[in-house]
Amino acid sequence: MNFFNLIRIALRALQRNKLRAFLTMLGIIIGVGAVIAMVAIGQGSKQSIQDQLSSMGSNMITIRPNSNTSVGGGARLDATSLQTLKLDDIKAIEQQAKYITAVSPQVSGKGQAINGALNWPTSIQGVSPSYLDIRDWPLKDGVAFGDNDVKAASKVCLIGQTVVENLFSGGENPVGKTIRFNKIPFKIIGVLSEKGENAFGQDQDDIILAPYTTVQKRILAIPYIQNIFASAIDESSSTLATEEVSQILRTAHKLKTGDDDDFTVRTQAELINTFSSTSQLLTVLLAAIAGISLVVGGIGIMNIMYVSVTERTKEIGLRMSIGARGIDILLQFLIEAILISITGGLIGIALGITASKLITVFLSWPTLVSESSIVLSFIVCTVTGVFFGYYPAVKASRLDPIEALRYE
Amino acid sequence: MGKILELHDLKREFRMGTEIVRALKGVSFEVTAGEFVTIMGSSGSGKTTLLNVLGCLDKPTSGVYQLDGVDISKLSRDELARLRNRKIGFVFQAYNLLARTSALENVELPLFYNSGLTAHDRRERAVKALEAVKLAERLDHMPNQLSGGQQQRVAIARALVNEPVMILADEATGNLDTRTSYEIMALLQELNQAGKTIVFVTHEPDIAAFSSRTVMLRDGKVIRDSKNENVRSARQALSELPVADDY
Repeated sequence: MNFFNLIRIALRALQRNKLRAFLTMLGIIIGVGAVIAMVAIGQGSKQSIQDQLSSMGSNMITIRPNSNTSVGGGARLDATSLQTLKLDDIKAIEQQAKYITAVSPQVSGKGQAINGALNWPTSIQGVSPSYLDIRDWPLKDGVAFGDNDVKAASKVCLIGQTVVENLFSGGENPVGKTIRFNKIPFKIIGVLSEKGENAFGQDQDDIILAPYTTVQKRILAIPYIQNIFASAIDESSSTLATEEVSQILRTAHKLKTGDDDDFTVRTQAELINTFSSTSQLLTVLLAAIAGISLVVGGIGIMNIMYVSVTERTKEIGLRMSIGARGIDILLQFLIEAILISITGGLIGIALGITASKLITVFLSWPTLVSESSIVLSFIVCTVTGVFFGYYPAVKASRLDPIEALRYE
Repeated sequence: MGKILELHDLKREFRMGTEIVRALKGVSFEVTAGEFVTIMGSSGSGKTTLLNVLGCLDKPTSGVYQLDGVDISKLSRDELARLRNRKIGFVFQAYNLLARTSALENVELPLFYNSGLTAHDRRERAVKALEAVKLAERLDHMPNQLSGGQQQRVAIARALVNEPVMILADEATGNLDTRTSYEIMALLQELNQAGKTIVFVTHEPDIAAFSSRTVMLRDGKVIRDSKNENVRSARQALSELPVADDY
């Protein structure tokens, strides 16, 4: 018995029952399509989170103050009110750290920005000129402030796109104009390029950047700093940089061995990992749900093949009487099952890819169809065909031709 | 002439619970090439059991059965299948054509289980077999587009296509009216005259009259085995039927 003939026999048997074959396939089509679309959604969101986090600067290290006192009774303070980070810390890091290329303090305040008749509630960030490098944030227009502006606590600022849109109407060039933030006039010397939302959904363009000294003295009236942003040499050395910074700050803060840190050092890579593992979990969950539907599809094949064996008992008897061996019958039914699942799988893959694209177009969810999910679901549906097609096929091949011929 | 069938003291017993049913109690006869034998008997005579054994669908409990010189008692299930494919052409009472499958494809079916034939060979032989049963112009008709007689002719073509040594018909006219039955018998007679060996199992004496020899079974034994000296011509019987016997 030639294998090619068997495929032809199976194909013809399927052609005779197009509707039934299609309905059986439907289970696999939906199963495979769902797996691919679900994994694509999971992977897509993972990818977009990673991209967004990287857009914040993948080498970036943030240092926040942290309360190390665990004295009972006292009110614990919000991180921005903690006064443990000083400008001296910045100097210490600048002088001692080998794995850090740039460092910038950050202080921030909220308030109302006003330009003539227009006003907009936003926040002002006091930073040093190196902040733009750390955040990998180029200017769209104008120039950045320099160290002289920091020294002099100049009332100059850079504004983000959202602020531009809300304070300047009709394509007016903001550079050179003066706006007021909490009644203090700031001269706009540059406009930041658009950065979009960050991974948490915050609008990163709704911002005004000014020299930190200006914000400290004129807006907040504080001598300490709220956060420190630093940039590691590269992504791989960010862990080393973290340790180094911790050590420098412990020394600067005169912490004894055994004392808890009064600051927290975070790398962007850690953040990426945290979010990736969350979305990885999401992907696995979605894939598992879709996988269940694939198994249900497989059981559908088995069910139909069983019914089909009973329904076609007479056909099997006839085939045996004209010379089909048990193995020929077994292979015929097995090949039918495999053809159904492979065809269903291919259609399912097409459906899954189309669905992913449509989801991106209509719901604007990010999707990413990975090759591995295609290959995997294709293998799974072939295995499903063999697995669920085998028992009905064996049943068919063991029929007694005499009984089968007499079956009505 | 070579011997196509040789049966010697053939017995077939079935176990039904604790009871042993002896369906064939020692059947012996021979069929030589070119014969047209009818096997007759009422129900319960062992006719069906004998047919199953002759068709290599079943093996005898004891005794010898040689088909074209091959002793089937030593063969495995797969070897029997191969033998059925190469040496026997079945014609059933209920035609047993595959539904939604053209006449041509139905006839091609046995050839699919015969590797070594190309698609072209298959088609050529199937067309030839359909020409032999005078259905050359109905190759692409589905069984439900054919009359009972035509369906049975497709089934005969299917039996012929592998060039078997014997055509084994099981009540092949049982589902047909008299006129169509005679047409089928005329066709079988023609094939027989062209040299085909035919074994025809029936319970109708009317049909047996068209064969050259009748083996009569009763209670699992051959009670009569006689040459038919006066073979009736089916073609002539057909012409003697009233032209329009329906009103």
